[in-house]
Order: sequence, then structure tokens, then C-alpha cells
Amino acid sequence: MLCTARRILPQQLRGGLTRATTSPVAFFSPAALRRLASTLAVLEQREGKLNNGSLSAISAAKKIGGPIHGFIAGSSIKAVAEEAATADGVDKIVAVDNGAYDKGLPENFAPLLVENIKKGGYTHVIVGHTAFGKNLLPRVAALLDSQQISDITSIESENTFVRPIYAGNAIATVESSDPVKCITIRGTAFAPAELGKGSAAVEDGVDPKVESVTEWVSEDLAKSDRPDLATAGRVVSGGRGLKSKEEFDRIMQPLADTLGAAIGASRAAVDSGYADNSLQVGQTGKVVAPQLYMAVGISGAIQHLAGMKDSKVIAAINKDPDAPIFQVADVGLVGDLFEKVPELTEQLKK
Amino acid sequence: MSALRILVPIKRVIDYAVKPRVNKAQTGVETAGVKHSMNPFDELSVEESVRIRDKKRAPGGVEDICVISAGPPKAQDVLRTAMAMGADRAIHVEVKEGEDLEPLAVAKLLRRAVEEEGSNMVILGKQSIDDDANQTGQMLAGLLGWAQATQASRVEFGEGDLVTVTKEVDGGVETVRARLPMVVTTDLRLNEPRYASLPNIMKAKKKPMSKKTLADFGVTAERRLKVLKVTEPAPRQGGGKVEDVGGLVSKLKELGAI
Repeated sequence: MLCTARRILPQQLRGGLTRATTSPVAFFSPAALRRLASTLAVLEQREGKLNNGSLSAISAAKKIGGPIHGFIAGSSIKAVAEEAATADGVDKIVAVDNGAYDKGLPENFAPLLVENIKKGGYTHVIVGHTAFGKNLLPRVAALLDSQQISDITSIESENTFVRPIYAGNAIATVESSDPVKCITIRGTAFAPAELGKGSAAVEDGVDPKVESVTEWVSEDLAKSDRPDLATAGRVVSGGRGLKSKEEFDRIMQPLADTLGAAIGASRAAVDSGYADNSLQVGQTGKVVAPQLYMAVGISGAIQHLAGMKDSKVIAAINKDPDAPIFQVADVGLVGDLFEKVPELTEQLKK
Repeated sequence: MSALRILVPIKRVIDYAVKPRVNKAQTGVETAGVKHSMNPFDELSVEESVRIRDKKRAPGGVEDICVISAGPPKAQDVLRTAMAMGADRAIHVEVKEGEDLEPLAVAKLLRRAVEEEGSNMVILGKQSIDDDANQTGQMLAGLLGWAQATQASRVEFGEGDLVTVTKEVDGGVETVRARLPMVVTTDLRLNEPRYASLPNIMKAKKKPMSKKTLADFGVTAERRLKVLKVTEPAPRQGGGKVEDVGGLVSKLKELGAI
């Protein structure tokens, strides 16, 4: 009985609130609201720079309703926290200034998050389904005894979420019964909250100062002036048909430059060493949904389609007219990519 | 350096090459009569464990490689495959057909298994290709309070129980180091799994497989996430082909893509 009542109440209250006032906090005390939905959106930073893509967590939180707090941790975090505080829709930024969290090691970041979740009494915790989020949140969920909901693409209500399964070949709608819902979101499904629109307060979070049992050693990140693959408006992607790394670079780079596009690759191209691992698009690589996705020399295996079939327009160039990629492409061209792609690049330059 | 006692959790899933179909009742994916095999990432975990032993990579040696799977009776097939690849023994935790465990329940089960088997390293796949959750390894590390290294593309052992793992992250790789005990999840680039040879398949039939129940691990199949429905994704219609590059450019313009 109690359970049902609680489930209905927040919706009725929120419905009432929207009509009554635009500021729910003025209407109810924060303590009362906390028993309803309230979300902690975990933001990412690197070397004092806010990862704007992580602001998608705030947009997703808006769909849940209730107050939204952003969480950010790292060394000299003040400036980043203040930047995040201007995000549209955020009510407060909880910041923890400690260099121990710079590398996002889950062994100390998870207990940090758990303490702050408990202190804030949040009902929802949202983070991007990025390398950081995937590494961190399940550990947090286990410590909270909560069954995480991964890589959601839509929020139906505060306890009902939609997520792709089986490499995107099926879409599951799931209802969570956990008191604290730990959620990772698919970045391409929620646009990042805009900065410069809000003026939330920045508050210090609690810092349990747990020692990490893992030590960060080094990193080797591909340097590129091109747009970031995961958020690019246009992506040109090469597959096994490119034959070698030299040819991949020779053919794909001018096309990408002409279109201002990010470069992606199929697993076959990555495994053959034509392109870096981090460029892989697919079920086990990046999931992209650009305005234009151009697949060059890619047959279109289901694992690859899982990573790009939500693109607005898909174009394909392949010499095999029966390649499965043509079944999903809005426009297909059958032909030798070594001939067609340079020709395309030339025409686009005009 | 302690000898390694490796636990390798594996899962039986619909074969990666099969295109799954949503069932008529929209309660899940059609599994009857569909080819199943070992989750591809779990093959990488088994392969890595066997290579650590074969190539004598760990200074303390490898004392035991135990594979474990929670699933219907047919999950025994993938356990046999893992033993044919080189695992020493297997634990089958029987779960009724259709009563799939959620990652949190699996992590709880594995915590108990780790304690009972005296494991000091657990190697899991980074995700299973059916549920695509990417959670179990991290949850297990959290429950145990162990170090975790996810999406590993390289695992190296040093003196003093040190393990150095190169991980695939957004934009490149990252390297972390920890002391045993540790949880590692495997990514595609870690290795290339071997095929089990016929003699090894025969030998695997004689390797020990213990049968357990969920109750033995103090776990139930209760679900925290109720699946309300499963549907087909919105179909995408191919837009047909064009004759030449000029046609491609004008079609892209028409579609507003350039």
C-alpha cells in the first residue's frame, strides 16, 4: 500500500507544481523534495577542463524531474565547478577538490560518490556511458546494492527506462525497483545541457579520502585536431576495403577534412592495424549518431550497425552490391572506393 | 609472488553471428532453436588465463584455472569448451531456463565463489553481447573491495604480486597497476582465442565439473529490473542506390546531409 502511494505521489505533486510555480524549491522544503526524485549528475573533467559531453547527464536528469545536482571532483576544481554551475537546469554543483580523483580511479572514486549520494539522499545517479562511467558506476551500484541500468536511450518515467540490448537488435523497456537508481546514458540520445544559462551554487562535497588500491601509471591518447568521434556531426568511416594503413590515411583523411568530419573505422580495419582502436564504431566500440555517416569499404556486420544505425543520414560506398550496409544506407554507391572516394572529395571541394 | 588461482566466469549467449529476433509476446528475444555459444569476450578471458600459464608470465606460476557459469543445463557445453581450451575444472551453477540472473546477482554469486575457491584473480569479459550491460566485473571488484582493471588489452605481471594492465579507454589507452588480488575485464584486442582441438575436447570430458545451485551461493534469481517489454528497433529503410559520385553528392544535398 505504502509503496504504491509513494509511487503515485511524486507524479501528482510534480504535476501540481508545474502549474503552481516554476520554482519547486520555494514551494516545498528541500527535505520534503529529497524524498521524491532528486538526481546526482556525475560530470567528467580532465586536467581542469570540463568534458562538455558529460553535461548530457544533466539533460537526462531533467526528464526525471526534481532537483538536479552536478557532481565533479579533481584538483583545483573550483573553476570547472563554476563553469558547470552555469549549465541549464542544474540546481547545485557538488565539488570535491582533491587531486586523488583526477584520474577517475574507481577504487577511490566509487566510495567518494557513495558518500555523497548518501549525504544528498539522491534517488537517481546518472553518468555517461563512457570509459569513465562504465568503469565507475557498476562499482558504485554494487556498493549501494542497486542493479544498474546501462546505456539508456530514453527515460519514460522516474523508474522506467529504455535501453538497447543484443547489439541494438532489440529495445528493452525496464522498470527499476531499487531505491537508488544508478544509470548510464547513451550520449547520442541526450544533447548536453547548455552552458551559460544557469547560476547554480557550488558546494563542497564530502571526501572520505579512501586510498585507491590501483595506481595510475600512464596514458597514450590519440591526438587529433578532428572533431571528437562520439559527438561529431559528420563521421566518415573506413573498413577492410581500404587494404592498408597507408591507403586508409590517404583516402579517408582528405574526405574527412573536406567534410569537417571525424574518422571512424570498422572492427576489421582496427584489427588489421589500419586505424587506432579508439576509432572503432560498433557494439564494442563507440556508438555514434551523427547527421551524416559515410561508410567506406564497410560491409555492415550487425556489430558495426549497432554503433551507427541511429545516424540521421547513412551513405555507403562499397564494391559489393549485396553488402548488408546497403540495406540501411539512405544512399548507396556501388564502386571501387579507391576511385570513387577521391572523386567525391574533389566534387565536395567545389 | 603468490601463485595465481584464476577464476574465469563465462556466459552462454546467442551466437554473435545470429541476428536475434524479438518474440511475439514481446517479452524477450527468441532463444529456442537458436545457436548459442560462449560469449566472445569470455573466450578472451579463458585464452588469457591459459596463456598466462603456458607462457609462464606470472612469477608465482598458475596453480588453478577454474571456469564458472550460471545458466541452464546447456551452459555445461560452454564450460566444456573452456576446459578444452585449457581450463582445469568447472563449476556449473544451475539456473532454470528463462531465469537469467542480473549482473548484481552474478557479482554476489561470484564473490562467494571467489571466497570458496581462494581465487586471487578474476578475469571476466568486459560485457556479454546479449544484455550489453558491462557491469559484472566492476560490481564484483566493488563487493570484494579489490582493484579493478576494465577493458584490458594487455596484462603484465611483476614481482611482489604487481599486475600492470593496459586498458582501452575513449581516445586511446591507459595503464594502471595494482597488487593482487585483482579483477580484470577483457577487451577485444587482448588476444586471439584458440580453437579447441579434438583431442583436447575429448580430454575436457574427463575434467571435473562440480554442480551447484544458487542456494549454495546464497543467491536468488529475484530481479530488480522488471522487463516491461522488448520490441524490435524502428526499421531503417535503405534509400536505394545512385549511379555515380555526382548522384551521391546531389542525394546528400537533397537529404540535407551536406
